Amino acid sequence: MNRVILHCDLNNFYASVECLYNPQFRDYPLAVCGSQDLRHGIVLAKNYIAKKFGIKTGEAIWQAKQKCPNLVVVNPNYALYLRFSKEAREIYSRYSSLVESFGIDECWIDVSESTKLFGDGEKIANEIRELIKTELGVTASVGVSFNRIFAKLGSDLKKPDATTVITENNFKEMVWNLNVGELLYVGRSTRRKLNQVGIMTIGDLAGTPLSFIKRYLGKWGETLWNFANGMDYSEVIATDYQETIKGIGNSMTTARDLVNTDDVKLTFTVLAESVAERLRKHNLKGSTIQISIRDNELASIERQAKLPVPSYISGEISRKAMDIFNANWGWHKPIRSLGIRSTDLVTADTHTQLSFFEDYNKRPQLETLEFSIDAIRKRFGHYSVQRAILLKDSALNANPIEDNIIHPVSFFR
Amino acid sequence: MKKVFVQLNATFSPNGELIPVSFVWEDGSKYIIDKVYDHKKAASLKVGGQGIRYRCKVMGKEVFIFFEEGRWFVEGK
Repeated sequence: MNRVILHCDLNNFYASVECLYNPQFRDYPLAVCGSQDLRHGIVLAKNYIAKKFGIKTGEAIWQAKQKCPNLVVVNPNYALYLRFSKEAREIYSRYSSLVESFGIDECWIDVSESTKLFGDGEKIANEIRELIKTELGVTASVGVSFNRIFAKLGSDLKKPDATTVITENNFKEMVWNLNVGELLYVGRSTRRKLNQVGIMTIGDLAGTPLSFIKRYLGKWGETLWNFANGMDYSEVIATDYQETIKGIGNSMTTARDLVNTDDVKLTFTVLAESVAERLRKHNLKGSTIQISIRDNELASIERQAKLPVPSYISGEISRKAMDIFNANWGWHKPIRSLGIRSTDLVTADTHTQLSFFEDYNKRPQLETLEFSIDAIRKRFGHYSVQRAILLKDSALNANPIEDNIIHPVSFFR
Repeated sequence: MKKVFVQLNATFSPNGELIPVSFVWEDGSKYIIDKVYDHKKAASLKVGGQGIRYRCKVMGKEVFIFFEEGRWFVEGK
């Protein structure tokens, strides 16, 4: 049976919600931007009027204001956006139980079985758009196709408030002449690599022999080649499905640039505490520590190393992060943001391989200590117990668990 | 137009429906809701808001009253 998959994309989501709630700004260029004081002052979303001025998501507020001096800048209200995101999901769920979120403003909906009840994919897509307009006061663009990749591509083709249908019969005309960068997971560097061998469009990629792509890009190339040929058979996974956690990480753009190892150590301490606390909460330990470093010109690197034994002790995690950092960073530039991730997770009470050369009597003590800190913080708040190092510079201190609520998600589950 | 949050009296019907009965406008005058025609989820593009929209009859005129996140608002002049 043919699958019918919808991809709904709420247009300019943050900016649309802000325009709904601030009718006085509706006819002006508007951008939702992070807080300038905390140096999160970049454009998170903009409305169509701002788009016409060439304002791009991710650029700094001052850059945006240079392009458009009377730009209305508003701070984000995540609680409101989450409410709208939930309301939109509720609308989708009237048509199918298979609704999968992709970030806060996008969803895939598998309506293959619902077509008997509600009509074909295009009709359902149009109904959903109408409901979003009347019930939520924002607009959505919907892609309808036989796989998730083309559904997503479709929702990007016509904006705002439009339905695009890509079928098995017309996908070659509709998709193949698009720039290869439009394909999900073809980013800047993959596109460059493909361009280097003359692959410019999605059709070029689809027409290239698979053996060549596989040799050129590895296993990843095969996935992309399948995408280009409409051979994505991945399923829409229902919301209530609890996926297994593969890694736990936190990152932070600090309130000021980090200029020396002490600053980095302090920030890693904050991040490691948060990562360790979340690991303990899920009863997990991580065996590999990854760090990400982004300099003040926004170039970033990622490095990783293994721990001797899986751990959820914050001290071990931050020390490891520091080791990796010292081995990989030459201080050619100040640092803007840092991140720690713990992967290769195991259940905390699993049996682990011990080593002859380490003192294991201390570990249970350290672990108990960490749990005591969790208990104190749960009762008296995060800042009730602090490491002394964090008192050295309160500007760099933070509570990533409560300050960060939105996590990016992956297409591959 | 502006969003006017109002003090509102409502009742619950025996089967759990929330029905607005009367409200107090910002100048202090009280208005009785003569009839509720229907209610549905809707956005107010006029004043900016989103919630359950009650289409009501007040003093012979059709008025939209919105229930948004525990608060009631009316589309004011």
